[in-house]
Amino acid sequence: MATIPHNPDQGDFETAATSRDSTSTKAPKKAPRVRRDRVSTHESFLTYGRGRWAKIAIGIFVVSLATYLFIDVEPRHNGGSWYGYTLGTIGLGLILWLTLLGVRKRAITPGRWSLKAWTSAHVYLGLSLIAIGTLHAGFQLGWNVHTLAWALMMLVIVSGLFGIWVYARLPTAMSANRFDAEGAITEKQMIEGLKQLDRQIHDAAQPLDPEAAAVVDKSLEENVFAGSAYARVMNRYPKCQTRAAIADVRKLRNFRPRLEDDPFEKVDTLLSRKEALLAKLRRHLQLKSWLQSWLFIHVPATFALIAALSAHVISVFFYW
Amino acid sequence: MTEIFKVAIVGSGPAGMSAASHAAQLGLNHVLLEKTDHLSDTIYKYQKGKHVMATPSQLILRSDQEFDAGKREDILGKWNDRTAELKVNVKFNAEVKSIRGTGAPIPGSIQKMVARARDGTTTTTELQRHAPPYEIVLTNGETLMAENVVLAIGTQGNPNLMRCPGGNLPHVTYQLDDPFVVVDQHITVIGTGDAGIENARGLVEDEVQGNVVSVLNRAQKSTNVRESFATAKEPNAKALVDDDAAGRLTIWYETETKEVEPGWITLTTRDGEERIRCDRIIARIGSAPPRGFVEGCGIEFASQDRLAFPTLSPVFESTAPGIFVIGALAGYPLIKHCMNQGYDAIEFINGNTALKPADQPLLDAKFSSMPGGRSVEGWLEFLQANVSILGGMTTLQLREFMLDSDMRAYKKGQVIFERNDPGSSLFAIAEGSVAVRIDPTDPNKVVPIYKGSIFGEVGLISGRRRGATIVAAEDTVCVEISRNAALKLQSQVPTAKKAIERISTERQLLQMFGAGLTPGDIAEVVDDAKIMQIKAGDTILREGDDGKEIFVIRVGSMIVEKQVGGKPVFLSYLPAGSYVGEMALIAGGQRTASVRAAVKSEVIKIDGEKFEAVLKSKPALLERARAEMDLRRQTNAVIESKKDSISSVVDLYSEQAAFLVAQGLGEATDVLLIDETLCVGCDNCEKACADSHDGLSRLDREAGKTFANLHVPTSCRHCEHPHCMADCPPNAIHRGPDGEVFINDTCIGCGNCQRNCPYGVIRMDKVPPKKPSLLNWLFFGSGPGPGEPPYKWSKKNTKYTGVPEIDEALDRKKAIKCDMCAGIDGGPSCVRACPTGAAIRVAPDEFLTVARLETERA
Repeated sequence: MATIPHNPDQGDFETAATSRDSTSTKAPKKAPRVRRDRVSTHESFLTYGRGRWAKIAIGIFVVSLATYLFIDVEPRHNGGSWYGYTLGTIGLGLILWLTLLGVRKRAITPGRWSLKAWTSAHVYLGLSLIAIGTLHAGFQLGWNVHTLAWALMMLVIVSGLFGIWVYARLPTAMSANRFDAEGAITEKQMIEGLKQLDRQIHDAAQPLDPEAAAVVDKSLEENVFAGSAYARVMNRYPKCQTRAAIADVRKLRNFRPRLEDDPFEKVDTLLSRKEALLAKLRRHLQLKSWLQSWLFIHVPATFALIAALSAHVISVFFYW
Repeated sequence: MTEIFKVAIVGSGPAGMSAASHAAQLGLNHVLLEKTDHLSDTIYKYQKGKHVMATPSQLILRSDQEFDAGKREDILGKWNDRTAELKVNVKFNAEVKSIRGTGAPIPGSIQKMVARARDGTTTTTELQRHAPPYEIVLTNGETLMAENVVLAIGTQGNPNLMRCPGGNLPHVTYQLDDPFVVVDQHITVIGTGDAGIENARGLVEDEVQGNVVSVLNRAQKSTNVRESFATAKEPNAKALVDDDAAGRLTIWYETETKEVEPGWITLTTRDGEERIRCDRIIARIGSAPPRGFVEGCGIEFASQDRLAFPTLSPVFESTAPGIFVIGALAGYPLIKHCMNQGYDAIEFINGNTALKPADQPLLDAKFSSMPGGRSVEGWLEFLQANVSILGGMTTLQLREFMLDSDMRAYKKGQVIFERNDPGSSLFAIAEGSVAVRIDPTDPNKVVPIYKGSIFGEVGLISGRRRGATIVAAEDTVCVEISRNAALKLQSQVPTAKKAIERISTERQLLQMFGAGLTPGDIAEVVDDAKIMQIKAGDTILREGDDGKEIFVIRVGSMIVEKQVGGKPVFLSYLPAGSYVGEMALIAGGQRTASVRAAVKSEVIKIDGEKFEAVLKSKPALLERARAEMDLRRQTNAVIESKKDSISSVVDLYSEQAAFLVAQGLGEATDVLLIDETLCVGCDNCEKACADSHDGLSRLDREAGKTFANLHVPTSCRHCEHPHCMADCPPNAIHRGPDGEVFINDTCIGCGNCQRNCPYGVIRMDKVPPKKPSLLNWLFFGSGPGPGEPPYKWSKKNTKYTGVPEIDEALDRKKAIKCDMCAGIDGGPSCVRACPTGAAIRVAPDEFLTVARLETERA
């Protein structure tokens, strides 16, 4: 099964004869080749480039700690020394650059950049800020605008760490939740499926008596997207009407004569299917909300950090 | 005696109508016969408001009818008005049953007709041709007489009929107009193409109809619906399987009809015969091109090939004197061509033999820059005399052929194409010779190809890149034949097909087994080689069998599996251009693994004994083959030895490979794969896609299937032989320089490609208006932000001008698909924009390797 050596990125290329103007007699123009990085397998942003940015970040840690220890600043390390200014400038530059990830992510410009590489750098260089920022301050923390900036920076970093944890753990859970015998169910399909089940339940409930129908109606009238952010994040829906409806239908059934082709049976089956699908959707939304929620701290805290930093820099220059 | 028309024109499409109009203009005694009650049925049946293109745009229209790109309604309206104005003698509802010469028998002119039955047997009938005038019998019994007949019936054809006993009973039908009027019946639907599936599902859509529907499928049941419903689109097939599972209808697998009686049908199933109730049969078993009817008129076809066209003289006259064939039936599907031919055919019938075809200026332009200063006619003769594969063509075919091909002149030493260049065109040498560089590292190692021969055929057949660099050995003139023209050539000229197949087999072997071999060495092997079509899933080699044949994969791809510890284990993936089966030949013994087709494939089967003789005479070659074999044995050893220690990983690897092949990777060249352990669902890939392509995303991340955290989203796989290209009226789908399959601006929005794509990756949509810039959004919140704008925003912000043409263009839906970010530096945006590394685009043979086993374990 030896193959003829060939570039696997292949395919036929129709030349001028067909792809452009079918009557041209010009020789086919060589299309401008564009660069493309070829890969053959997946690689996480955490291990990108064999941990290139992790190594760089460790380097920054080591170098800044070593210089902090070996450089003698009188009377003690502080942000105002030449060493403090150097670290502060590096830190400020880094923070602004790290913020630019938000722009990079959205500006789909041509070029051989990869957002994964940016994320990798963002994560590890962001962590190295712990050293840069703290050593810049010379551990002089207090109740002032300067320490506010430091605290906000730490908040951003900690929320980011939480983000890394979420990104590393939850995708697998989300994939497992989405997976079914058919391959994978999408959010849209889950919602469609619920609508369809609702229609079926509605039809199946027609032969029921008014009391039972009212119970089923509770499930049909429930808005599956209602509920607090807390309910969504924790996946707790104690007042789930579908669950309540199932319980009530089963209760009621005991007081009704058993029939052949019992409508209660049908409604029960359908409601149980709805509950299962609803659980899947809610789990999906929960995981999705976890994957997104940390950004609601990370990003606003970043802007607060930039504001505090501006105050810090201005105050340092004017009032030192 | 009835009136004898000078010319009867059959079919009122663009070709027939143009012919009739010209006949009317010239005052010829004519009649135009149309099967339906309106002109031009094919275009009449286009969807409402469809935009009809006028290509090729350089071709001058020569007709008494007007035609320009525009809406279906406008075009039909103009034609109807003009037909009335010219007082064309149209006879509607006149379907022709037969055309027969009534003059004296033409000596020696006998038409042989070969009918091929499903079981492969053929029956030949002979037909003596008679001279004009022709008697035309209509299905309503009427007869007409005409000196000349112009056949312009197109290629739509008639439905295939059931052949089993009772197949002619009245309750056996071939179409279903309205499924909702059929109630309380037992219905058997035969045929599992899209038409059959849609009918079957329509009949059970509403439970109250009370229909009991059985669907017969000749294929066997499989979890992969593309295997069990090969001719249907996947969503259709899936829906049918779902209906079956839900008990709404019954699918009978591996079942055919044996006999039909009123009220009952007898089926042959795998488990024996079954007789079930059946009040109505709907047979949707494809349609036959109108070949039988055409042959019955005494018109000969160029070959037995299903796609062959009638043999025609330069003036469109068929082998039956006085019967002219024009339009799609003659092999010209474009409206402009058809209309010109209608005009030309009538001119010829009217005695104007000096008329030059309308394509003359186009050919003039093609040949004008060539050295040698020949006229168009001179060049055509020269090509026919010098290029072996073009020898069997008629002048008419050659002219048409040249419109799709190009003339190229090269100076001595000039590179024609380089190794690994993408390209699917075929080159034929008309003058001079070329040299093939067989060793990429040494430009002095060359093999010559001489005048009259061809090169570049490997790319044409396998869809892969060029295997070697070709340089002009002297001043050379070549014809570059596009893929479409080459395919057409092969179906029109059987000798050309044979020649191309032989040369390609020979070259493929030489290229694969490399240096030291000459065509003479392998002549015997090539003579014996057989090209075989392999269906998806069929096995060409079975583990444990005896046999010494070698198989070369010409088209498609294969997967190699071996039973290890009682379970099939995936060993490797073989793309087109690989060979398999030499292990048993070199090392002896039984086959060590099974090889089956991942997709519909074509292989060259080589006789083992003869190849062994070649190997024995070339020790160096044997040595190399041994070395390669050892390499492969090592790979197998790695997998098999690991099977026990990391059994679950090997199983996963095998299952994942099987899953990917089922998702169409076997025919993919580049596929988007998402690792769901990394995907955070941010949809930045979709946003990036939309932002680099006019605001429309060409991928749906969440949709598509997943297996063991590997997700194949709905995104183009850039198939080796793309399904979407199959039926594109303006020929707008092409393969670009980086292997991407793309749709160009000439798309007319017909939706054929969307329907033909088995993976559902093409969408029909209109281009949204331009969004404000990213910074504007970031700072001022203007516009909808990154990604595809919501429909509402697009609608609100589309700047209509009030000019109908422009507004219509703004609203026109076009086919949208992934172009692999062709021309965008950096490659696919979806991959670049993935923040976690979950999305990659890979070639299947790069992804499905043993290396994966190592990383999986890590």
